Amino acid sequence: MAKKLPAVDVVLVGFGWTGAMIGEELTAAGLRTVALERGGWRDTSTDFAVTFAQDELRYMWRGHLFQEPAHQTLTFRNDSSQTALPLRHLGSFLPASGVGGAGVHWNGQTWRFLPSDFVLRSHNEQRYGALSQDMTVQDWGVTYDELEPFYDKFEYLCGISGKAGNLRGARQDGGNPFEGPRARDFPNPPLEMAYGPTLFGQAARDTGHTPFPCPAANMSRAYTNPLGVMLAPCTYCGFCEKFGCGNNSKSSPQTTILPVLMRRDNFELRTESEVVRINMDSSGKRATGVTYVDTQGNEFEQPAEMVFLCAYILHNVHLLLLSGIGLPYDPRTGEGIVGRNYAYQVVSSVDVFLGDRILNPFVGAGALGVGIDDYNGDNFDHTGLGFIAGGYLACWNTNGRPIEYHPVPKDTPKWGSKFKKAMAENYLTTATISTHGAVMANRGNFLDLDPTYRDARGRPLLRMTFDFHDNEHRMSDYLTDRAVDIARAMKPREIHAKKRTGHYSVVPYQTTHNTGGAAMGSDPKTSFVNKYLQSWDVPNLFVTGSTVFPQNAGYNPTGTIGALTYFALDAIKKQYLKNPGPLVQL
Amino acid sequence: MPDTLQRRAVLLAGVSLLAVNAVTRSQARTIAGGVPWTPGAGDAPTAEGSLKFFTPDEAAFIDAAVARLIPADDLGPGAKEAGVTTFLDRQLAGPYGHAETWYMGGPWHDGTRSQGYQSRLTPAALYRTAIKAIDDHCRQAFGGKTFSTLSPDQQDSVLTDLEKGKFKIEGIGPHAVEIEGAKADSFFSVLLQNTLEGFFSDPIYGGNRDMIGWKLIGFPGAHYDYRPYVGQHGKKLPIEPVGLRGRPGWMPNQS
Ligand SMILES: Cc1cc2nc3c(=O)[nH]c(=O)nc-3n(C[C@H](O)[C@H](O)[C@H](O)COP(=O)(O)OP(=O)(O)OC[C@H]3O[C@@H](n4cnc5c(N)ncnc54)[C@H](O)[C@@H]3O)c2cc1C
Ligand code: SF4
Repeated sequence: MAKKLPAVDVVLVGFGWTGAMIGEELTAAGLRTVALERGGWRDTSTDFAVTFAQDELRYMWRGHLFQEPAHQTLTFRNDSSQTALPLRHLGSFLPASGVGGAGVHWNGQTWRFLPSDFVLRSHNEQRYGALSQDMTVQDWGVTYDELEPFYDKFEYLCGISGKAGNLRGARQDGGNPFEGPRARDFPNPPLEMAYGPTLFGQAARDTGHTPFPCPAANMSRAYTNPLGVMLAPCTYCGFCEKFGCGNNSKSSPQTTILPVLMRRDNFELRTESEVVRINMDSSGKRATGVTYVDTQGNEFEQPAEMVFLCAYILHNVHLLLLSGIGLPYDPRTGEGIVGRNYAYQVVSSVDVFLGDRILNPFVGAGALGVGIDDYNGDNFDHTGLGFIAGGYLACWNTNGRPIEYHPVPKDTPKWGSKFKKAMAENYLTTATISTHGAVMANRGNFLDLDPTYRDARGRPLLRMTFDFHDNEHRMSDYLTDRAVDIARAMKPREIHAKKRTGHYSVVPYQTTHNTGGAAMGSDPKTSFVNKYLQSWDVPNLFVTGSTVFPQNAGYNPTGTIGALTYFALDAIKKQYLKNPGPLVQL
Repeated sequence: MPDTLQRRAVLLAGVSLLAVNAVTRSQARTIAGGVPWTPGAGDAPTAEGSLKFFTPDEAAFIDAAVARLIPADDLGPGAKEAGVTTFLDRQLAGPYGHAETWYMGGPWHDGTRSQGYQSRLTPAALYRTAIKAIDDHCRQAFGGKTFSTLSPDQQDSVLTDLEKGKFKIEGIGPHAVEIEGAKADSFFSVLLQNTLEGFFSDPIYGGNRDMIGWKLIGFPGAHYDYRPYVGQHGKKLPIEPVGLRGRPGWMPNQS
């Protein structure tokens, strides 16, 4: 029997990036808030100290900060005709477990989506005509202009280092000319640039592109954010993504919000507390709270006036399905919402072997790089190309961690003396250009409950059915070819273009940019939440994170996750708290 | 080590003294000839001591195999000299070897390459099974010799057959690992990945002895502050590698 606890105003399911943002704003608004986090407490000085944070084996390869599949995993197949099998260990993406969520071990590449990304279907249909029937892409129900102040808010919370390319419509030299208009510049100047990205920038300019320093949640100088929390300058340590930052230099819940939030007396965090169910009243129109289990197996019921799902897309969708909320998507009929429009990111790269120029790849930061946006979204004419959308190209100096990074030319044997020699010759002198492509929603890609495999608590695992389709392959090939053009202009000894061919595989790490499953929109038939992240059916239930993306754009997601969260919070504070109920009337 | 223990005793004594009469004084010490602490004394020693997982025959197999994957040659020492066998032995004896964090529930199916590892064997069981199978194969093919006693050329041909999937090891399942579309077969790709881990991970795990792997390519290791170097475009940096426990040069009595 679950022990029933005293009711609170707000319960947060998961305490990563979105949980921390919501907790801070709603406690400031005076609400009693409880955060439930399945993992443990962790903080800079105790868990990511510079005396041991830089341990590639422990953090990257043994996954010390990530979700453990023994406890929770999912099953995967490329299409509905196959039997899905469990991810026995992690690979393609690395969900977090513990306070701060993946905000602890992200790279900090912090982008805004393009204005046209938010009206993807209507924009592309208008410009190029009807889209393929299988592409279930849609508009977001929110516009860039509505989100702009909230992108700004997230960027100032984090202290993003960067250079504006568009200030209130006026183009700015040195920034991204394709970005939507910003009200003001980034809070911090760009990071100092390493050599490889600098060479890429020159070659990109020589070939007619407009390079700019990529926006980074790694501090280019000491910064105090609007909450009064201080971050220290990044030391370019090169152990950023997959690691915690030992310097308080990477924006994370710990370095931007928690020092303030943890002191508020209307806030309580319960760690090692895993939510297993969202509870509903008999009408099915109101969430009454959640049930959670601690590590001793004790079960608790936490009643709350408002429930926020902040558990990362995979767990948000899993919890909705397990709690029987919303109609599960059926790929045969195309009906149902929960699990629909699951998408991801399609990435490829070109290794550029420069031969004589020493680049020192280990002098790196998570978002230290030069990018171009000429081939993102609809920044270029797609007529006759056979695909929509795109992605950015960037040359990053994120790291030189040698188990992960030891580039060797194409056709080098994978072992033996020749391999050893190739590693020694090319480690210091190779740059990599990455392409970061959008993934369009497709009727065959979705999430549901697995019929066979169960987790440690005996519940069905989440099942992922996903593959890259024509749009992704054509786009990614196109982006890779453009990367090759620029690579050639860097005057290399040789290059190695690694196109993304064949089926999507869960084996090699790609990105932790899973999206969709409870899309936002303006039509309850094709969306689970309205533009304020509020469930259409259950108005006191809110869903956060990339879970609500109707399809993915050619950028990393977290800037947009932050903007959507603050946009929703604004409406919740101004309207919902005064008058709880639907924020959008149909 | 004794020095550390003594210091701990002194510290503990200090604590109780503090509790009794709130007065304590640390003792004057003279420090010369190196830093006064033992590196990693608080960590479980990894590199020292006898084998924890492999039998001596298995260790001989691994010594021989990793010496072919990253050989000692005119560029310097290889994986065997770097202590990769010790690294692997400790890894397989520990949580990684037991697949402690992996999902190991059935039912079991072969799956497709894009579905990843689907064998019911833990890494430890995989190594035990595979080494035996490969040695049995070698005994048949090479007149009773085990892998470790073959000539380097013969060893290379066995490894190439494994890599290309030319002979299958019964009972380990096809848990294919796909890197960039390359077909790498099961045990071979695990062995290669683990060898790279042992060659390039921090020396605290028993491999990368004397930072052999890092020195080969020019990786400075556990440095945490490169601010002075970001703008030094095109320059080879004058940084000696350092591990989480420091570097041997700091401990004259130990190197
Ligand atoms: C290696 C890596 C690199 C990345 N790099 C970038 C980047 O450069 N740029 C970018 O934009 N994005 C990046 N991301 C993605 C970014 O980290 C996420 O978009 C962001 O953290 C999502 O925020 P969230 O609040 O939705 O989830 P999270 O921050 O992951 O928080 C979710 C929390 O919920 C907890 N939880 C889950 N289930 C339950 C449950 N049932 N009960 C209680 N708690 C639960 C989890 O333990 C976790 O702490 C990266 C991610 C990873 C893993
Ligand atoms: S690169 Fe910078 S921000 Fe990232 S972990 Fe290192 S010091 Fe921190």
